Amino acid sequence: MAYAEQGEVIAEFVDTTKRFGKVLAADRLNLRIGKGEFLSFLGPSGCGKTTALRMLAGFEAPTEGRILIDGQDIGAEPAHRRPVNMVFQHYALFPHMTVAENVGYGLRQRRPKLAKDDIAARVARALDTVRLGDFGPRRIWEMSGGQQQRVALARAIVNEPKILLLDEPMAALDAKLRAEMQMELLSLQRKLGITFILVTHDQQEALSMSDRICIMGKSRIAQIGTPRELYDRPANRYVADFVGRANILPGTVTRNIGEHALVRLASNHDVVVEAPRPVNPGDKVDIAIRPEGLRLGASAEPGLPDITATVARMTFLGEHVEYLLRHPDLGELQVMVPRQAERALPGVDVGTQLHILWDQGNGLILGQD
Amino acid sequence: MTKARARWLLLGPAGLWYAALLVLPLAVVLVYSLGERAPAGGYAPALTLAQYANLGSRWTAFQNTLVLAPVGTLAALLIAYPLAYFLAVKSNPRWRTALLVLVIVPFWTSILIRSYAWIFLLGGRGIPALLADLGLGDIRLINTPFAVLVGIVYGYLPLMVFPIYVSLERLDKRLLEASSDLGAPPWRSFLQVTLPLSLPGVATGSMLVFILLMGEYLIPQMLGGGKVFFVGNALVDLFLQSRNWAFGSAMAVTLVAVMLVTVTLYMRFLSRIGAARDDVGLM
Repeated sequence: MAYAEQGEVIAEFVDTTKRFGKVLAADRLNLRIGKGEFLSFLGPSGCGKTTALRMLAGFEAPTEGRILIDGQDIGAEPAHRRPVNMVFQHYALFPHMTVAENVGYGLRQRRPKLAKDDIAARVARALDTVRLGDFGPRRIWEMSGGQQQRVALARAIVNEPKILLLDEPMAALDAKLRAEMQMELLSLQRKLGITFILVTHDQQEALSMSDRICIMGKSRIAQIGTPRELYDRPANRYVADFVGRANILPGTVTRNIGEHALVRLASNHDVVVEAPRPVNPGDKVDIAIRPEGLRLGASAEPGLPDITATVARMTFLGEHVEYLLRHPDLGELQVMVPRQAERALPGVDVGTQLHILWDQGNGLILGQD
Repeated sequence: MTKARARWLLLGPAGLWYAALLVLPLAVVLVYSLGERAPAGGYAPALTLAQYANLGSRWTAFQNTLVLAPVGTLAALLIAYPLAYFLAVKSNPRWRTALLVLVIVPFWTSILIRSYAWIFLLGGRGIPALLADLGLGDIRLINTPFAVLVGIVYGYLPLMVFPIYVSLERLDKRLLEASSDLGAPPWRSFLQVTLPLSLPGVATGSMLVFILLMGEYLIPQMLGGGKVFFVGNALVDLFLQSRNWAFGSAMAVTLVAVMLVTVTLYMRFLSRIGAARDDVGLM
């Protein structure tokens, strides 16, 4: 939570809970969002991330707990009086209005009324910002998916909201366009300095864009942190599994070594891993190691445990080759081998026995779910 | 099968139907309207505009039709819209189908029987008697324009409700969230999003009701009691009682012409609303 602690807090969830009948959609969310921050809610569908966003927008009221914007409890404020704007998943553009009318809609709702010239000027500026300068008089249905997305963006930012909410805005775009929009969105956020809150189920999207990610699972916050923190130090099995890929292995702690621990695997090999939480000898733990945290060798290396496994599958991915190995006690293990390193393994094929090299300090002990 | 043959097969039956039952009779009526009444009644060939010159003598029928058809359409619209809105937006989806069935339940009984019921309700021993008992004075309802209007709204309400319901039901609810998100309170969201997007339903419903009302015969007959009559009633009178087929035909042709003009004007009005929205923007 380093980010929000340093800067000014723009929004805060305090024990915010939402129930739909008997269904618990959000369970005691506690989260501070910093001014100017790009925060993502990441999780599979039904994890409560959209509910969190909709509560912030004012479409759902929390059943318990509070939501603060700029220090004020806005739990009772209807959506139309909140200083936030949303880019909807399917854009929700008004089909009976032109592009410019759509973008100017929020400005036309202001009371006291804004001057027509003023509205027109701001709409033109917003359309320029999203590079749709000449598209004002067009009808919505004349616009492509990517263009509609920009109209939706312009319609939101023209109001200069304190927080911009983005509900899976890139879900309907094809991969290439999505990557483009991600970069554009990011530079727009830096330029405007508005707090962006993105809801997505695409971890790549969250990792590449966010200052911080709030990982949600089963209606709860599983972990909050920077993309690097989440990737390098997942708090639990759920996060390790959801962000990137990880081999997760059970083991027993045999010794504490400062911030590390010696863990005995099911195959009776001892490995040295990070211990982000205090553990004691005898503790049963799960350890996670990324596929790129392991190496493969034709022979064992001195000082490292000698884990021998059989190649079950090799998947060529360009600059990397992904190996799937099978070990009688450890089960399946994924190892990511750079092409450069693969040259040291000539003649390897499915069925070949290889040595898995586990460098000291790679991998870490996970917390309980 | 060639494309041309497929087209004839598709259009053939309806085309024949229209030719035999619409175009041909219309042509006959047009020819008759230029003729004269035979001495013993019926039609005598002639080529005169005398019947049209005489239309003024039946002006009241046109006046009633041209006032009560639009007013009835408007009244039905004003009652149907809130109902359709409730059904499409506010009602519990679990009960929605049942409620929709309730709207069309009256259609299960003949309009004749239902109009009879209204004769009793509006007649001397019905609602007026009740009002008199409450000390509200002696009010006559049956055989007044009001009675005809009640009958019209009652009879045609479902025709208005359904097209509006469909357009409201199809409305993307996220548009209303977007409107609210952009700062519009609920009533302004209604005016700027819901209402314009339901206009096609309003147009369809109004056309349906208005066109049928222009040719209405039964309701004025039963609830207007010969005092409030439409062109349709005048036509029955001319063809069956006075047996003045030439004059009746002239009147029928005039009604078709009036209907064409009003419907065209209405369509142009609607498309102008749409065009105005394109140009200036809403509100």
